[in-house]
Amino acid sequence: MDKAQPLATDAVNRLIQEFAKLPGIGPKSAQRITYYLLRASSEQAQSLSDALLTLRQKTQLCSCCYNISDADLCIICRNPQRNPSQVLIVEQPQDILALEHMGIYKGHYHVLHGAISPTEGVGGKDIRLNELLARLSESRISEVIIGTNPTLEGDTTAMYIKRLVTPLGLHVTRLARGLPFGSELEYADDVTLSRAIEGRQEF
Amino acid sequence: MTHTRTYQTPAIIIKKTKLGEADRILTMYSPTLGKFQGIAKAVRKPKSKLSGHLEMLTYAQVTLVHGKTIDTIIGGQTINSFLSLRNDLDLISCALYMAEILFQFVPEETVDQGLFTLLLSSLECLPFAKDRNQLLRYFEMHLLQGVGYRPELSNCVFCRRELAPITNAFAPSAGGVLCPSCIKLGKHYAYAVSWDCLGVMLFLQEGDLESVLATPIETTVINEIERLIRSYVRHLLEKEIKSIAWLNSLKQNDCCH
Ligand SMILES: [Zn+2]
Ligand SMILES: [Zn+2]
Repeated sequence: MDKAQPLATDAVNRLIQEFAKLPGIGPKSAQRITYYLLRASSEQAQSLSDALLTLRQKTQLCSCCYNISDADLCIICRNPQRNPSQVLIVEQPQDILALEHMGIYKGHYHVLHGAISPTEGVGGKDIRLNELLARLSESRISEVIIGTNPTLEGDTTAMYIKRLVTPLGLHVTRLARGLPFGSELEYADDVTLSRAIEGRQEF
Repeated sequence: MTHTRTYQTPAIIIKKTKLGEADRILTMYSPTLGKFQGIAKAVRKPKSKLSGHLEMLTYAQVTLVHGKTIDTIIGGQTINSFLSLRNDLDLISCALYMAEILFQFVPEETVDQGLFTLLLSSLECLPFAKDRNQLLRYFEMHLLQGVGYRPELSNCVFCRRELAPITNAFAPSAGGVLCPSCIKLGKHYAYAVSWDCLGVMLFLQEGDLESVLATPIETTVINEIERLIRSYVRHLLEKEIKSIAWLNSLKQNDCCH
């Protein structure tokens, strides 16, 4: 950790330290934001602190898909226009944002809040898999799309889900894994290339 | 004298830890450098050219540049991605277990060509092994031997007398097997070990990978050995290998279907 600044007050140092814990913010930026807020109007400071508090107080996990939500059911689960027979499984709520940004997918989601990582001690019980299985056994879902990351943990999670879900007789697919847009073939690794070849499509 | 700031080595990625928003700290195992760490910048971004070459359990030629506290990985080219392991849940789980137990036992920057070959050949053989558990037990026995914890299986650890073909006892805290009269001294917690089991353990310890994989061994004996080695490993490390819980949960799943 960086040294406390003897010239600043405890209150200033405390806020700098809090900001520095946030992703993408180094000690210098933390300092800059703190001194900015010190000069900002009291309305602006009040509005920021309200926003922070409401974030925690008014946000919960959707009781169905575990997406972040402002009510018992999230905006996607509440939407009657969406196809309830499809569920797309993702690792993090942020993944839903990325997928919704395209507006192509019209089904439901399920957020695992993690991925299986045996060497870190994260197993099937530590992510929301039991919730998924409960959901699959009692709802109208007929197609399961696995959208875990193309990492070793994401692959492990995907293969485990397939093993659990296959006996239920559901149609299981996984998001295509292949060459990222804007990348060059010569730099691609063997795993990506082999999956790009396996997943090739009519053109 | 020229001072080179970059260096290259073949290495297997045996551990990865997230750092900040997009970086990773990788622990690699190299035949020429032993266990060492490097930071891989921006590999968690989708457009990283390196990420696929630096995924866990990839064998790659890596290029690093010396840094003040930690070296930075600036290049990676896959030598073997062990694709057939990656597409099979049980195999990848076994491979992760091997990487974790090796990581736990091997000290930093201690070069051991033999242990590197053990890891590489075990990963290569895993998809073809008729009995994965047999390969895991071979791996454990040879790893323990390589890091100086070879269990004593021929003579009683206490009285040094050659063990008789009867049921003896394996005592993790003694580092090997005790004869019935020495067990009675009661100084060590010990597990009964059958003469058959002891013979197989010796075979795993002294045999080479090829002959071990070609020899069918009874599942009950392999399971008995698994229990003994687990208790020995737990005693030595004073903690559990985390992926064991995962391997066990896969086994339980198997019984359900
Ligand atoms: Zn929802
Ligand atoms: Zn004795």
